[in-house]
Amino acid sequence: MSESQYKVEVQGLTKNFGSLKVLNNISFNIKKGEFVCIVGPTGCGKTTFLNLLTRIYMPTKGDLLIDGESADPKKHNLAFVFQEPSALPWKTVEQNLRFGLELKKLPKAEINERVEHIIKLMGLEQFRNSYPHQLSVSTEQRIIIGRAFAMNPDLLLMDEPYGQMDIKLRFYLEDEVLRLWKETGATVLFITHNIEEAVYLAERVLILSNKPTTIKEDLEINLPRPRDVTSPEFIEKRQYVTDQIKWW
Amino acid sequence: MNDSDKAAHRLSNEERIAKVQSEKRKNAFQLTMLSFIGVLAFLLIWQTAVAVGWLPSKYVPMPSEVVKLFFVKWTDPNPDGGVLAVHIASSLQVALSGFFLAIFIGVPLGLTMGWFKGFDSFMRPIFEILRPIPPVSWIPITIIWLGLGLKAKAFIVFFSAFVPCVINAYTGIRQTSETLINVGKICGASNFTIFRKIGIPSAMTMTFAGIRVALGNAWATLVAAEMLAANLGLGYMIQQGRQFARPDIIILGIVVIGLLGVIFTWLLGRVEGKVLGWKK
Repeated sequence: MSESQYKVEVQGLTKNFGSLKVLNNISFNIKKGEFVCIVGPTGCGKTTFLNLLTRIYMPTKGDLLIDGESADPKKHNLAFVFQEPSALPWKTVEQNLRFGLELKKLPKAEINERVEHIIKLMGLEQFRNSYPHQLSVSTEQRIIIGRAFAMNPDLLLMDEPYGQMDIKLRFYLEDEVLRLWKETGATVLFITHNIEEAVYLAERVLILSNKPTTIKEDLEINLPRPRDVTSPEFIEKRQYVTDQIKWW
Repeated sequence: MNDSDKAAHRLSNEERIAKVQSEKRKNAFQLTMLSFIGVLAFLLIWQTAVAVGWLPSKYVPMPSEVVKLFFVKWTDPNPDGGVLAVHIASSLQVALSGFFLAIFIGVPLGLTMGWFKGFDSFMRPIFEILRPIPPVSWIPITIIWLGLGLKAKAFIVFFSAFVPCVINAYTGIRQTSETLINVGKICGASNFTIFRKIGIPSAMTMTFAGIRVALGNAWATLVAAEMLAANLGLGYMIQQGRQFARPDIIILGIVVIGLLGVIFTWLLGRVEGKVLGWKK
């Protein structure tokens, strides 16, 4: 096996449900520590795509490799931030942060250290012993983001995590994710239908087509950070991506 | 207007908190008193109706007589052959052994059936056939098998409490959020770990609702079982009250059954509060 420079390699990923072709021959690579956004029209199979990456479904054809091996949740560290709330309602914030690490059966000292680190990094100290339903929606989602980063994932998948939030919270949490990404050096794959969000966050944007879904364009975003959503370069990129999606 | 004058009309934070709290307390007190007055009024009307002669005292004892009998019955085994404590102890023993057996067998059964498809297919038909059988219809065969003792009655109680335990645990775990299951899967957890760490806690709300129903069923069936076949117990005491034409004994039996029911529901509520404390 050749030493690959890529953390994640997606090779010819195809999924059919009976006669319905959902994903058609998707291939791309992600470098270690890269932040990649995927945008696409509604109903283009984004969720199916993610479920393939996390091995909730098996692909009809093709494969997903992490460090050159077929992805396996038992072996690799995957983390996922879902669109809908996914904190365990019967566990406190701290217990929620510990949960994934405990499932991974990490040593206790290691868990303590990582959880404390995340709590400090995200300023969650005051919520440590609260239950999710006692928190606002945005704080609950921050817990989930924290839980995901605490896993030190090989690949962090985020599925429209801010879909339900207002613009102020979105900006706030987008910056938070960027901060955590830089602090931890995680590899992030972020799915969204919000083009501005994609251009704001990503180093690369993958634009998906309609069904049967394939990658329409792989676009480098080399704007300096922190990005200014009102700068002409930003608007130009955003407009370009929008046009690509509107094209059909 | 000077400043100190104005300040006199303003509530400080502490005063405001004190005010809200005292109002809350007052409210709680009023509600408790209303419940209390409700019960008292009911008893008073009853007492008056009998005392004035609207209701025949031969068939309807006055509440004051029932209270008196309650105290007498602690020491007097007449006419049914047992003092109150013996009847209560006998009933509790039957009800609780049947009830706990139903929880310990029913809840795990429902949870495993709800989670593991194969086990569900295996158990479901048997359960579906047994489920609609009214618990009381087991009484005759139980008497043949097990006689009139504790075991026989506990078995019948078990049956009535068992069904809601299974059904609610089953339905509860079936409703586990797909997203939470996926959280477990992505962390690489095995199906059994997900069952234990995500499925079971998710099912607890429904399971406790089932246990509540089970408690009611257990109590109701107990009395039915004792009325048909027993030589001790509250149901038996009621039955004897009819034999001896002693409505006061019957009413006393009913009231004690009601009170014990209230006590156990309250106890169960406390346990539920502990287990599902995160909901508060």
